[in-house]
Amino acid sequence: MDNKTAAVTMRNITKRFGPVLANDKVWLDIYRGEILALLGENGSGKTTLMNMLSGIYFPDEGEIAIDGREVVIRSPKDAFDLGIGMIHQHFKLVDVLTAAENIVLGLPGKLDLKAAAKKIRDICDAYGFEVDPDQKIYDMSVSQKQTVEIVKVLYRGADILILDEPTAVLTPQETDKLFAVLRNMRDDGKAIVIITHKMHEVEALSDRVAILRHGQFIGDMLTSMTNAQEMTNMMVGHAVTLNIDRPEPVDPKPRIEVKGLTVRSLDGILKLDDVSFTANSGEILGIAGISGCGQKELLEAIAGLQPVENGSISYIEDDGSREELIGKDPLAIQQMGVSLSFVPEDRLGMGLVANMDLSDNMMLRSFRRGHSMFTDRKTPRQLALDVVEELDVVTPGVSTPVRRLSGGNVQKVLVGREIASAPTVLLTAYAVRGLDINSSYTIYELINKQKAAGVAVIYVGEDLDVLLELADRILVLCGGKVSGIVPGRGANKRDVGMMMTKLGGNSHE
Amino acid sequence: MNNKTHTPLFHVSKRGALKWYQSWAIRGAALLLALVLCGLVTTWVTGEDPIAVYKSIWKGSFGSARRAWVLFQNIAMLLCVSLAITPAFRMRCWNLGGDGQMLIGGLATTACMILLAGKLPNWAIIVCMVVSSVLAGAVWAAIPAIFKAKWNTNETLFTLMMNYIATQLVAYYIIVWEVPKGAGKIGIINQATEAGWLPTIGSYKYLLNIIIVAILCVAMYVYLNYSKHGYEISVVGESERTARYVGIKVEKVIVRTMLLSGAVCGLAGMLLVGGTEHTLTTTITSGRGFTAVMVSWLAKFNPIWMIFTSFLLVFLERGAGQIATNFGLSASFADILTGIILFFIIGSEFFINYQINFRHTAGKEE
Repeated sequence: MDNKTAAVTMRNITKRFGPVLANDKVWLDIYRGEILALLGENGSGKTTLMNMLSGIYFPDEGEIAIDGREVVIRSPKDAFDLGIGMIHQHFKLVDVLTAAENIVLGLPGKLDLKAAAKKIRDICDAYGFEVDPDQKIYDMSVSQKQTVEIVKVLYRGADILILDEPTAVLTPQETDKLFAVLRNMRDDGKAIVIITHKMHEVEALSDRVAILRHGQFIGDMLTSMTNAQEMTNMMVGHAVTLNIDRPEPVDPKPRIEVKGLTVRSLDGILKLDDVSFTANSGEILGIAGISGCGQKELLEAIAGLQPVENGSISYIEDDGSREELIGKDPLAIQQMGVSLSFVPEDRLGMGLVANMDLSDNMMLRSFRRGHSMFTDRKTPRQLALDVVEELDVVTPGVSTPVRRLSGGNVQKVLVGREIASAPTVLLTAYAVRGLDINSSYTIYELINKQKAAGVAVIYVGEDLDVLLELADRILVLCGGKVSGIVPGRGANKRDVGMMMTKLGGNSHE
Repeated sequence: MNNKTHTPLFHVSKRGALKWYQSWAIRGAALLLALVLCGLVTTWVTGEDPIAVYKSIWKGSFGSARRAWVLFQNIAMLLCVSLAITPAFRMRCWNLGGDGQMLIGGLATTACMILLAGKLPNWAIIVCMVVSSVLAGAVWAAIPAIFKAKWNTNETLFTLMMNYIATQLVAYYIIVWEVPKGAGKIGIINQATEAGWLPTIGSYKYLLNIIIVAILCVAMYVYLNYSKHGYEISVVGESERTARYVGIKVEKVIVRTMLLSGAVCGLAGMLLVGGTEHTLTTTITSGRGFTAVMVSWLAKFNPIWMIFTSFLLVFLERGAGQIATNFGLSASFADILTGIILFFIIGSEFFINYQINFRHTAGKEE
């Protein structure tokens, strides 16, 4: 490692956002022919650092050198000219254009799609991608779109690639494919940086890890010389345990029974097809599936937010009496006396109001209480103070708009509010997406506490490893259909992965 | 080719939250700079002494008791319309139909004054005026609101178009009720009997309007910030999906809020016709429905701050008129000055949200 010259040298990089020090004199070297995993908790400045390398932000202080030559990166174009390409978490593609059109979009010179398609095929052959240059983006799966993004930066001649949480949206099989491609690119002498939270991926893929904490560079080391526990401790700054509890369910009783649920989206696409299952009290029902397989529609249908074409959703009281939830909006469900809490996927766009402060956000669920025409502001404020205290929310105060909080803290506020109403049913969608290890474990703990209190928890997750450790039963969705329901204890990741892509799993191979 | 790249001269980055006095200092500095620039422009273009120009701007508003009363009346009317559109604006529903809603309220008032004069006692006429103007304004706003709630039409275009319909309706009824025939205008209504004229408090012609608007201002502040309705309005404005998620009926809130918005606009029309003008023309609103947009935005939709922003706008407008007469300058010159001042005030918001980092030249060799 020492005799290689660094492709990228970052020295003393500092970036402030107002009073927040996002990067504090960070040193980082990136080498060719190596996969570097950039690790750190939420808000530790990983993405900010990489955004400065790709020209999105400009550092307040510090120097960047490419191949030993000092450079100034003022814009993404400058970064491209230096061979730096970044694949963002949120894809930046035009849906109605084909892969090839997207790839050449914005490039100077004459538009020659045929030549472009040939060059794209060459790139694909070289590294083992599968891309049809003539396929429209809207016809593609998430993983295909990601491939287009990667090909796009390669097409532009990038040899320093940065991938921001690339596996967050992929199935295990797709992740394996991506890793194979990344290894091919590394062997071709490209420098690759991958930002991730998932320890097992770091161990499986990377050659070297660099760790940031609170905007500061903590250290880097060869992956082969370390382990998940040590890396986690360095990220967090103290020792943490990496086990998720799964207590046996206590006295499970049917709570929500879904029968033959069929849902179509506004444009008539079948999103859920004849879905039936039962969720029990005191139990965590995990829902697995590739993103967009109907998880969102399923939860929203139960919460009364999604018009349903067919089927029934019954809420079963402890005494066995049933109430139909379909056809009722959230207010009607609440007025029936059903205490249903929902932590939606889109935290700031649906679960919370980004511009309102913590106590006003606590009010969302409770503001109707009482007969006065005025709102009670004291109770929500107290609730906000309690949530901040109990869940260790990092915030300047309860009068701070929630958009100013980091992802993990936003989620703690949302989950804190939803469990404050002592629910009997708790729906969570991607409860730990984008959260660092510490926050994730806080959320798992909260969910387990609800389970112990007899709540029927429906947990939609994307990290199969976590689902397998946390859920009592796992319902696998595939293309809007139930592919199978397996017990969480003893379930195998590979089988569940196969069930996600194929109804009933792998019965032919 | 010179391969050496340079650090850009400056780059812009977002600021953290400023303390309230820091942001007001920036705004104050912007106003000061604007006044200095206005002075320079005045001297350069007209050769007049800027201090004298500023003096006459001041005199335009506070030169005499009568001018001060007119100033406050104008502030009250502008504030009233601004208060009316603010609930809709907080809901991110851009009601640009303030003018039309005011006109239609004025038309309803005029109808009561002309048609009921002599048939009902004065107090009953006034009650009819209030009720009918509020209803007329509410209906005028409800039409676009219902279309928005049901079919998600664009309320900006819809309310704008409603303005034209209101203007044409008023033009029609002015001909119907014209006095004398062929004059093409209504003239002062019930000048002899003063039927339907709002009472004056003592000898202060404008005081009643000012008091009503002051009460309205406080009421609107409380409604928007402390009531359940006000909270629903904010949630719908910030995110309709969040509103649905917590069971707020978004359509209902849109229609209800626009009804309120139109009703207050209608009331403003009534105050204008019944309280001060005692006549109806198609231009009686003086475009206040649009100036109110600026008042409301500058105050960040806060009713109390709107007192200051409406003061500022009316003050500038009155002063502009004054220098036009005093120095024989065209009224457009006054508009230039108003433009410069508003440009600086609105521009200062950029410096409150962002800071500019200049290249470090000291201690670092290129």
